[in-house]
Amino acid sequence: MPNKTIAVAMSGGVDSSTVAAMLRAEGNEVIGLTMQLWNQRRLAGHPGMPEAVQGRCCSLDDVYDARRVAKTIGIPYYVVNNEERFEREVVRPFVEEYLSGRTPIPCSLCNNHLKFDQLLITARQIGAEFLATGHYARVEWDEQRGRWLLRRPADTAKDQTYFLFGLTQDQLGHTLFPLGDMTKPQVRELAHKHGLALAEKPDSQEICFVPGGDYKKFLDAYLEEQGEALPDTAGELVTTNGGAIGEHSGIHNFTVGQRKGLGVATGSPLYVLQINGAARQVVVGGEENLYSRTLRAKKINLISIDDLREPMRVRVKIRHRHEAAAAMIEKTSEDEILVTFDEPQRAITPGQAAVFYDGDLVVGGGWIA
Amino acid sequence: MRRVYLDNNATTPLLPEVLEAMLPYFGERFGNASSIHHHGQETRAAVECARELVAGLLGCRASEIVFTSGGTEGDNLAIFGLVERGGHVITSTVEHHAVLNACKRLEELGCEVSYLAVDGRGLIDPDDVRRALRPNTKLITVMMANNETGVLQPVEEIGRTAAEADIYFHTDAVQAAGKVPIDVKKIGCDVLAISGHKMHAQQGVGALYVRKGTLLQPMIYGGRHERSRRAGTENVPGIVGLGKAAELAVAAFAQEEDKKMAKLRDQLESALLAKIEAAGVNGAGAPRVPNTSNIYFDYVEGEALVIALDLKGLAVSTGAACSSGALEPSHVLTAMGISPARARASLRFSLGKQNTAEDVDFAAQLVPPTLAHLRELSPIYNTATAVHS
Repeated sequence: MPNKTIAVAMSGGVDSSTVAAMLRAEGNEVIGLTMQLWNQRRLAGHPGMPEAVQGRCCSLDDVYDARRVAKTIGIPYYVVNNEERFEREVVRPFVEEYLSGRTPIPCSLCNNHLKFDQLLITARQIGAEFLATGHYARVEWDEQRGRWLLRRPADTAKDQTYFLFGLTQDQLGHTLFPLGDMTKPQVRELAHKHGLALAEKPDSQEICFVPGGDYKKFLDAYLEEQGEALPDTAGELVTTNGGAIGEHSGIHNFTVGQRKGLGVATGSPLYVLQINGAARQVVVGGEENLYSRTLRAKKINLISIDDLREPMRVRVKIRHRHEAAAAMIEKTSEDEILVTFDEPQRAITPGQAAVFYDGDLVVGGGWIA
Repeated sequence: MRRVYLDNNATTPLLPEVLEAMLPYFGERFGNASSIHHHGQETRAAVECARELVAGLLGCRASEIVFTSGGTEGDNLAIFGLVERGGHVITSTVEHHAVLNACKRLEELGCEVSYLAVDGRGLIDPDDVRRALRPNTKLITVMMANNETGVLQPVEEIGRTAAEADIYFHTDAVQAAGKVPIDVKKIGCDVLAISGHKMHAQQGVGALYVRKGTLLQPMIYGGRHERSRRAGTENVPGIVGLGKAAELAVAAFAQEEDKKMAKLRDQLESALLAKIEAAGVNGAGAPRVPNTSNIYFDYVEGEALVIALDLKGLAVSTGAACSSGALEPSHVLTAMGISPARARASLRFSLGKQNTAEDVDFAAQLVPPTLAHLRELSPIYNTATAVHS
């Protein structure tokens, strides 16, 4: 698809850098864009926070790397500032979800509200027809259905479709995922071929604004910075039959399926089964009680179909690292889908996404209530 | 691609005459101006000649000029050189960060600072300065021209107040030098900072006027350069260039080139405002330097407009972005009572001596369709226009 004007969301990592180089080599007009989302030095000095976070999304290092790639391949490059929106749409909800006993996925929120919303608008405003990213996924137009489809990538180990279930038809129609047919080793090889110095840069894994992956310390530091006290969400540890067996320090310290750090010693291992935000109760029990056959998903976005008119056989993923499991989905109200698995699933966690697959096709998804 | 540069408040290109004047000092005239021998004498003469020329631009004696590394250093030297712990400083909310952040540091060091508000045009009320005076007030520091809007503060009235109260008055004249005539006697300031690269000299050189008799504590210690007010071997090529730029600026005022530039700027403003709805000039109604125009284009992000224009060859700025820090809505515009959304929708066009009527025409042709495309894709514009229609 030569001679298009394409904006590339450049993070300073190997994947998006290679995308920019590929598209440029194909003869397109390429514009590099990096979103400045979070000031990595912002919480420096608060307890448990490092002075400056290196090698992270939005760190000066990454902007430096992206700028250097842009210079190497000869494309215009700009940093666009979306810190305010990121805080409003991603960081705040992330904090509030934990405080109400759920386990959020900020990456999906960022994709829905920043990358494929504001950045795509900016890209189109500055004259680009498409926004390309380094996500491992495939997007294609289906003439028969008259819909844009989202498919799993060739490199199934790198599949990022779980984080992309919220994309609308309009967004998909203006999005390119050039790495969808490639494997990570192929991408690194291509990066070498294009002379990109960062070809061996390690993949980023953690949540970009949470240093060291310690979200509890982040919550403390962020709330302190905001001048808000960490709300007291301490309460009881209860068993499935409602009996209290101990106390806990706050519901935000727990996530469904967690085993360590419960602070009670019993004969058999205990797991967090459920967090009851309103009652500040953390329900614990044996591993066998972690399994459940149903979940309700809300705030639904459908991709391969325009509506779920009758129950459908799909495979459902309930967290990023989860083997999609066979299930039946059916609509229970305008914005709720009931998922019934063939086999009980371990640790279905409110706040995470449930994403529905039909083969390699993303049917849609929603947030686990 | 044709490229037009209208961001001269960020920096200006060297004028050819300035470059020509500087070149020998990158080559055969390399001496240290403090050396006794021929080589030192050669550069000493050049530095002192430049000092005369800068003094000529500001209406002071050559001995009252201290060469610095630029505007920020000059502002810092004025502020930290005149105020000690326990002192009180009066400044405005629309100062450049070189002054604002220096004042913040003073507060950390145990000083008090009053930040005077501005009106909707960006002007401070000289009476507010008078009212803010305290027994321990040591310094008034108010800029001459604002970098984002070009608005000229009533520095002469402030100077009179300072003189009556016998308090030091510093003015950051970085954005005024070379654009409007400056006479330190008329202003009545004790210290005044200018920067080379804002007036077609080099980046990394500036000058500070320090009125004779002003007890300025140096910030950089070392040799007895600049009459012990600023140690360090002189940046001779930079200083020579600054001298040349000052000489050219004086000559340009004699030719009324500032009035010609104001006409060009006014043409740009009227051409844009005639073609664009929901737009206007920030700081309209206040006296302004002749080269600056800060215009709001409601319903867009100024940042995206700057990028879109750059991709088509026009360089302007939001006047708010710093290299990679947070993009807060401009403190200058919000201090004028402008909403954060409008502040973020504002662009700064700033002309330089190299700009022509064709350059202005290029901008007047390019901005309206580029903006129209942005607004078409702007959710806030579509919501707003849907409500109106």
